[in-house]
Amino acid sequence: MNRTIITVVGHDQVGIIAKVCTYLANNRVNILDITQTIVSGYFNMMMIVDTSESPKEFLALANELEQIGEEIGVVIKAQREDIFNMMHRI
Amino acid sequence: MININEVLETNKMIEEENLDVRTITLGISLLDCVDSNLDELNRKIYEKITTVAKDLVAAGKQIEKEFKIPVVNKRISITPIALVGGAACKTKEDYVSIAKTLDAAAKAVGVNFIGGYSALVSKGMTKSERLLIESIPEALAVTENVCASINVGSTKTGINMDAVKLLGEIVLKTAEYTKERDSLGCAKLVVLCNAPDDNPFMAGAFHGVTEADSIINVGVSGPGVVKTALESARGADFGTLCETIKKTAFKITRVGQLVALEASKILGVPFGIVDLSLAPTPAVGDSVAEILQEIGLEHPGAPGTTAALALLNDQVKKGGVMASSYVGGLSGAFIPVSEDQGMIDAVNAGCLTLEKLEAMTCVCSVGLDMIAIPGDTKATTISGIIADEMAIGMINQKTTAVRLIPVIGKTLGDTAEFGGLLGYAPIMPVNSFSCDDFVNRGGRIPAPIHSFKN
Repeated sequence: MNRTIITVVGHDQVGIIAKVCTYLANNRVNILDITQTIVSGYFNMMMIVDTSESPKEFLALANELEQIGEEIGVVIKAQREDIFNMMHRI
Repeated sequence: MININEVLETNKMIEEENLDVRTITLGISLLDCVDSNLDELNRKIYEKITTVAKDLVAAGKQIEKEFKIPVVNKRISITPIALVGGAACKTKEDYVSIAKTLDAAAKAVGVNFIGGYSALVSKGMTKSERLLIESIPEALAVTENVCASINVGSTKTGINMDAVKLLGEIVLKTAEYTKERDSLGCAKLVVLCNAPDDNPFMAGAFHGVTEADSIINVGVSGPGVVKTALESARGADFGTLCETIKKTAFKITRVGQLVALEASKILGVPFGIVDLSLAPTPAVGDSVAEILQEIGLEHPGAPGTTAALALLNDQVKKGGVMASSYVGGLSGAFIPVSEDQGMIDAVNAGCLTLEKLEAMTCVCSVGLDMIAIPGDTKATTISGIIADEMAIGMINQKTTAVRLIPVIGKTLGDTAEFGGLLGYAPIMPVNSFSCDDFVNRGGRIPAPIHSFKN
């Protein structure tokens, strides 16, 4: 399993999750967990996804997600989960 | 499973608090390039560096993209050139030709510094090592990316005072050769005591002879992260303060460990060490001085500074050693003046002096770093300052270093501009009473006794 963390940060609006999820489904990326919260008016969403079945390389997925973010005016980041595990789990 | 708060905390450190990987440094042994023919030697050096390091910059960029953490510098450290060039170099110019080769190789692979134009002369100097030292002013003037370091003392051997005397003159000459650029050459020259073999930070990085053929060493940073964490501990007692620093250092170092392992995997080069240093930059919020202020000092240099720095340095190490399987290099807090806005402010406020900085070096990693002094400072005075700093390292069994910049044509009240990561610095006053007779004695200071520690 190749676990990736996708974060979406920006002003709340209709259809953010739909757009991201549609993209992930089209690229055979499986969503394992979704959490969202509003911090001082900002929409914060985190997804844990598995990219191992996707025909696309990690960097291609990350770049395309970034572009979708630019189109809808939010910041979308894909990061390998390892950085969070290393920092927050012993 | 990782939760959203943890994700947001990590990303806040990166985006707002300047958490970054300061350097991935690829250590390369050049011992197998040794040749008595200078042209052949230069060819082999260029070939080895450009072969081993060809993917270094790309690896750094890949890591940046996968983890979204900046990898600020990609650098190379090499075997001390005095060992590699001894058979081929008969003149200073011969050594300068190697410096040019190193510069060209660094540019070819896209790294911003290459360290190891070095000699290890803690007990004595060979003819070849003396030649290399004498070639430094020209070598640093005609190259951009080459860094020089000379180890002139150690706890085991004592201090080579002949080398200390020579380096006072060399520092001044290096300043003279680069006077058009505020004596920038001196920012690339460091004099060390107890120099580590695996330091990834410039200008003191070299690939020691105890190392493997090639190795990945990583330097993490993040003074801004520690500073922000301490904001939550305002008014708390020392136990809470120390605990906060330790936990933060752990988190920062874990990222370093991850990046080091990843770089090692991508490049197929073994992982060496993580250097868990708090390395400031001139950027606001990336300052060790601001941590000292957050601990409770008006400015670094105020009474209490040495104690505050001692606890900071110690807690960084305590948090860091658990986070990484191999810790090395310098590991601690750096206190360069020109590279830390808070230090510059403290100097300008009249709070921080050279003498206080010297006291601070007793308890932090490294030493008198990036300090601009008047261009008319005497060579023997510079040697005297070097000797003092080396003595602190020798007696306390720690690494100390001196990177002084006598800025030719400038004096008290002026400012030297180095640009980029090197920043700018106000010229600091130097005690001008003579130490000529001391420095001119010649010979070496014997190794200290290792018992009766008082």
